[in-house]
Formats: sequence, C-alpha cells, structure tokens
Amino acid sequence: MTAAGLAPLPSALPLGLARGALEVKRFFRSREAVVFTFSLPTVLMVLLGSVFGDHGEPAGVTSSQVLAAGMIAAGIMSTTFVSLGTDIAGDRDDGTLKRLRGTPMPAAAYFIGKIVLVAVTTVAQIALMLAVAMALFGLTLPATVGDWLTFGWVFALGVTSCSLLGIAISSTARNARSANAITQIPYLALQFVSGVFVTPITALPDGLVTTASFFPVKWMAQGFRSVFLPDSMAAYEPAGTWELDRVALVLGAWCVIGLVLCLTTFRWRRGQDG
Amino acid sequence: MTTTAIRVRGLRKHYPGAARPAVDGIDLDVEHGEVVAVLGPNGAGKTTVVEILEGYRHRDGGEVAVLGTDPGRAGRDWRVRIGVVAQTATDLLDLTPAEAVRHFAGYYPDPRDPDDVLELVGLGGVRQLVGQLSGGQRRRVDVALGIVGRPELLFLDEPTTGFDPQARRDFWQLVRALAAEGTTILLTTHYLEEAEVLADRLAVITGGRIVADATPATLGGRRHRPATVDWLEGGAPRSESTDAPAALVARLAARFGGEVPGLAVRRPSLEDVYLELLATGQAPVELAAAGGAR
Ligand SMILES: Nc1ncnc2c1ncn2[C@@H]1O[C@H](COP(=O)(O)OP(=O)(O)OP(=O)(O)O)[C@@H](O)[C@H]1O
Ligand SMILES: [Mg+2]
Repeated sequence: MTAAGLAPLPSALPLGLARGALEVKRFFRSREAVVFTFSLPTVLMVLLGSVFGDHGEPAGVTSSQVLAAGMIAAGIMSTTFVSLGTDIAGDRDDGTLKRLRGTPMPAAAYFIGKIVLVAVTTVAQIALMLAVAMALFGLTLPATVGDWLTFGWVFALGVTSCSLLGIAISSTARNARSANAITQIPYLALQFVSGVFVTPITALPDGLVTTASFFPVKWMAQGFRSVFLPDSMAAYEPAGTWELDRVALVLGAWCVIGLVLCLTTFRWRRGQDG
Repeated sequence: MTTTAIRVRGLRKHYPGAARPAVDGIDLDVEHGEVVAVLGPNGAGKTTVVEILEGYRHRDGGEVAVLGTDPGRAGRDWRVRIGVVAQTATDLLDLTPAEAVRHFAGYYPDPRDPDDVLELVGLGGVRQLVGQLSGGQRRRVDVALGIVGRPELLFLDEPTTGFDPQARRDFWQLVRALAAEGTTILLTTHYLEEAEVLADRLAVITGGRIVADATPATLGGRRHRPATVDWLEGGAPRSESTDAPAALVARLAARFGGEVPGLAVRRPSLEDVYLELLATGQAPVELAAAGGAR
C-alpha cells in the first residue's frame, strides 16, 4: 500500500511541543480567557491588600504581604486546576478531543501540550502577581538560595498536583460551562478555609483549618509564606513552625492521587457520545 | 490486499434509554478503492454506523473489520491509514486554516503538502481565524484535515453541508481525484445528486437497517422504470408514462409534422426512486424482481 506503513510515526515529544506552541497561541488569542485567568487573582490580591492595608504585624511584616504570599498559591491553583479543568472539558465539548482521536497523534502529545500551556501561563501569572505585590505591598523576593529552592519545589509540586487534579475533575463535567462551576467552587472554598483571604490562618476556626489541611492550597500558601516572610512569622502558623516536611508530604501525596485519578477517569469522549 | 476495506456483519447499537436500536443488524462490505454513499433520512443511523467504523463509538453487537482491524481496538498505525471528516465540529476557532492544516500534517508520517491541501479545498488565500469563517468555509477546513494525512480510507459524514453549488462541484472533483488515486471512500449525504455523481454504490439505511444496496443506476430497479414523456398540445401540458419512449416520440413527431412543442423525456430521478423506497420501506417488489431478471 502506501509508504505510511514503512515511514516511522512522528514521536510524542516534538508533537507535544508543537501542540504546546499551538495551545499557547490559542490561549493568547482568546481574550476573555487571558483577561479572566490573569487578572482575577491579581485584582483580588490588590483589593484585599488595600482593605487590609499595612496593618503592622510584628517583625515589620504587613498584612498585605502575608496575603500576597498566600495569593500566589491561589494564583497557581487558578492557572492549573481551574483553567486546565475548564479547558479540557472545553476540548471534550467542542470536538477537539474527538478530532484528535481520529488522528494518529499519541495521547502523550496532547498532555505535553497542556503542560507547556500551564507552564507558560503559571509562570506569567506568578511573575505578574510578584511584580504587583512588590510594587504595592513592598514584598521582597527571597534573599537566600535556600528560600529560592523552597520556592522552586513548592511551585513544582503545587503546579503538578493542581494540574493533575484539574485534568481529573474535567472528566466529571458534562460540558465546558459546568466545568467552570465545578472548578470554581473548590477553588474559592479552599482559598477561604486555607487562610489565603483570612490571615493569619490561626484566626480561622480549628475545624476549617483541619479541613483545609487535607488539601493542597493550605500547604502551598504555607510554603510560600516561609519563602517570602521572615522566619519569626512562623509563630502565626497552626503548628508554630513552617512544617516544610509536611508541605512536601501533602503536595507529593496529591501528585500521586491526581495521577491515579487522571489515569483512571480520563475520557476522550463526551458522556453522551455513546 | 486480500481483505476488503470495510466488512460489517450484524452490526447493532442500542443507545441507553432509547426505545429502538439505532442500528439494527447491518451488513456492509466496501472493497478497496470503492466509493460508497450511505443514504437515509435524519436519524436513520448513518452517523452511528460511520462513527462505529471510525472507532469513536462502541457497538453492542456484530463484527466490524476496518482495514482488517477492529476499530474499537485500533492503534496509531491504523489511524495513520484513515481520514475522518465528522458531521459536527466546533473546535479550532482560534487558529487559521493554514495553522491547523500544518499542525495536523505533523501527526502523519507521509502527509500531503499543507499548502496543496489548502489549495485543493479552496482555502488557499484565507487568512482569518476559523472562528471568523463562514459555515461552508469551516467545513472545508474539516475536509482539509481529513485528507492531509493521505488516508487509504476516508470517512466523510455529510461533507458538503453548507457548500455553495460551485464549492460542491469543486469538492466532487476533489473526491474523484482521491478515488482515482485509489482512496477508498465512505460518505454520507442528503444530496442525491452528489451520491449519484460520486458513488460506485449506494446503501440506503432507514430505522437502523439497510433497505437497499445497489449502484446509482439500478437502485430500486430504476433502469427498468417506465419513462415519462411531456409535451405541449394546444397550449396545455400533456404527459404519458411509457416503456417505449422512442416510439411515442416518433408518433408525436409524425402527428406534429416535425418538432414537438415542450418535448421532454424523463426517467425517474435517483431522488424519485429514493423517496419511493423510503415511503414503502423497501424496494418495490415487482420492480426489484424486474431488475433481478435481466
Ligand atoms: N449519542 C447519542 N445518544 C443517544 N442517542 C443517539 C446518539 N446519537 C444518535 N442517537 C440516536 O440514534 C439514532 C440515529 O442517529 P444518527 O445520528 O446515527 O442518525 P443520522 O442517520 O446520522 O442522521 P442525520 O441525517 O440527521 O445526521 C437517532 O434516533 C438518534 O436520536
Ligand atoms: Mg448524521
């Protein structure tokens, strides 16, 4: 027959990178998505930060700086869990996944493309939030190599776990619109109970803090506070220390859980496709 | 190749909660290089059958081999060899046709040149995003993506919906060229003229069953149907059905002493026999017998 049987199939990595380039292009062309995804956490941070003002906390730290550290965790959840969950449900809804399923594109290429998209949007998001927080609230970048390392692994584990959970939750949505609701509710609820909006976290009832401790946002926020705030602020954490080992443990566990959920629940087709 | 391109036996599909099966025991063979059109009213089960063959939908029963493989279990090697133009798609809105076609070409080991494909489907100079194109132009993007991988077997589910008459004729040209290259094509359409022009064989589905499987010339015993002769006499239209139209025309010519005003000789169109077929649910008995006898 044709040469198709003989020529090697294109491999997943270059196809995935090509998909990533396409996804990024697509993302920045759909203006509402850009405005919504990017501006929301930053706008919230600016509004809440100006409400809290520069109430002095001890050690020369202001409430708005504490807020900013936690909001970065929320920003990550927004570009990963919320965006990816909605985006993939949209791909299922509008026929993107169906069309891809009719081609020899390897499944891995699709996910590599999403990883590229999430990496680009999350880095841009965090850079924007940091820049605004530095300009308005006097937040300073980590000063030590150790703090940068902590920032790096909290970021990596947070992005990975929340992305995997976003992919997994997309499969529970009937369509793109319901996916938006399904992802926004845990996103907003977790920010409330995880001490992102309410600082310090110990101001929240114990029951809420305990609930939040089962989910990633509390630990990401705690990890980022350890990076951006002086160590004396650890006194305001529930345990009185930064508990970085716990941060790693819980986020790592969610990466594993997220991966298992993705592998067991991912669907190429819509529920009603038959 | 020894196997047929598509071999279907006793295919059944019952959607959960539906009163009747959508596909109720279908047998179909498509040989390599053949162009087969699947016809049938809305809801007949055409898309269901086609999407089972494409590996998109699960079947509840029957055997299916597409290019020798069960589409439900097929892998990348198999998908390289097929091309799919699905009935509905609303994706790719934020890309230009050229970006989409170039990208999809990358999935295949031996793709057609993306610029050639864009030219072939008449999107050569189009620079807008797919989301800003007209319905017919979007459909051409679907066709372009279906053929860019140089498929051996091409599925076209109502490919020309929304095409203007010129675009439809251009598309027919394209399908003929693909068929001439040896591409096997299974298409569905509601345009009988399109089926007649393109297909070597027609399969008519209604209520999930095949009620006729014939060439366009012989569907419903069409070749042996009486002809209708129309003419004008004293300003009034006259019409007569006859098995010997030439003799009737000769008599009329003699009577009028030359040209017969308003003369036309018609055979039932494909659409006529198709509609009759659907109305009765099967090929008219005596005509089918006549078709078989000769
Ligand atoms: N995903 C689905 N879930 C449930 N029922 C379905 C589904 N898809 C199709 N059906 C039903 O199956 C039957 C056949 O539908 P199908 O889409 O195969 O028809 P079709 O011949 O392609 O029609 P059309 O000419 O309108 O495209 C219809 O009764 C339809 O309602
Ligand atoms: Mg259909």
